[in-house]
Amino acid sequence: MQGASDALMTANVTIRIQEADFDIAREISALTKGRTDIGAVVSFSGICRGSEDGETIAALTLEHYPGMAEAEIARHVDTAMSRWPLSGVSVVHRVGRIVPGENIVLVLTASEHRQAAFQAAEFLMDYLKANAPFWKREENAGGTNWVEARHHDDDAAARWTKS
Amino acid sequence: MKLKYFAWVRERIGKSEETIEPPPTVRTVEELIVWLAKRGETYAHAFETPKVIRAAIDHTHVKPDAAISGAREIAFFPPMTGG
Repeated sequence: MQGASDALMTANVTIRIQEADFDIAREISALTKGRTDIGAVVSFSGICRGSEDGETIAALTLEHYPGMAEAEIARHVDTAMSRWPLSGVSVVHRVGRIVPGENIVLVLTASEHRQAAFQAAEFLMDYLKANAPFWKREENAGGTNWVEARHHDDDAAARWTKS
Repeated sequence: MKLKYFAWVRERIGKSEETIEPPPTVRTVEELIVWLAKRGETYAHAFETPKVIRAAIDHTHVKPDAAISGAREIAFFPPMTGG
């Protein structure tokens, strides 16, 4: 909001699910544009790896639950904003076919100081991995198979409830 | 109510959604899974290990003992692997 004092600036939240790639610099600019109350932006990008446990991956295809995926991300963004003093959050998650080296997900957290931004970004990624309704299908030499969930992703999300 | 299936649950059943009316004796998500598994081979295959199946009612994650009365949309899917 232009003209508003820093204290009155509201959190800038963007949640998008899209097939197209995203431009990290452009997303950061959109998050911080016109604001002078942000002193820290943390950016996390999840990128498609070319191998898993020594096996070559040709591509991943991501499926999601339209409607719930956005709602679930929004719920976790709300939780993050209630736990840390955030000025803004952007979450962009791609779906469809993604080849190694390409972006899969982007989480940006903005705050006055770095600690809140670092912690909130990690919290959001841990929760998204365990709770956002997305599924990866992997193409490899043997054909295709659904990627299995990892227990440590659930553990990573659970540790935030202990503190 | 509308049912939605995702990932390998969808593939095994062979459809992404359908509208069903389970009998009134089916009251929870857990009971709905048992009832669905009896609908045929594809359903039996999809729900052969009920404890790995996750469910959502109207876009919110629920536990197996959640009541299904009043639900507009119930989704079944494997553990999530996004991010």
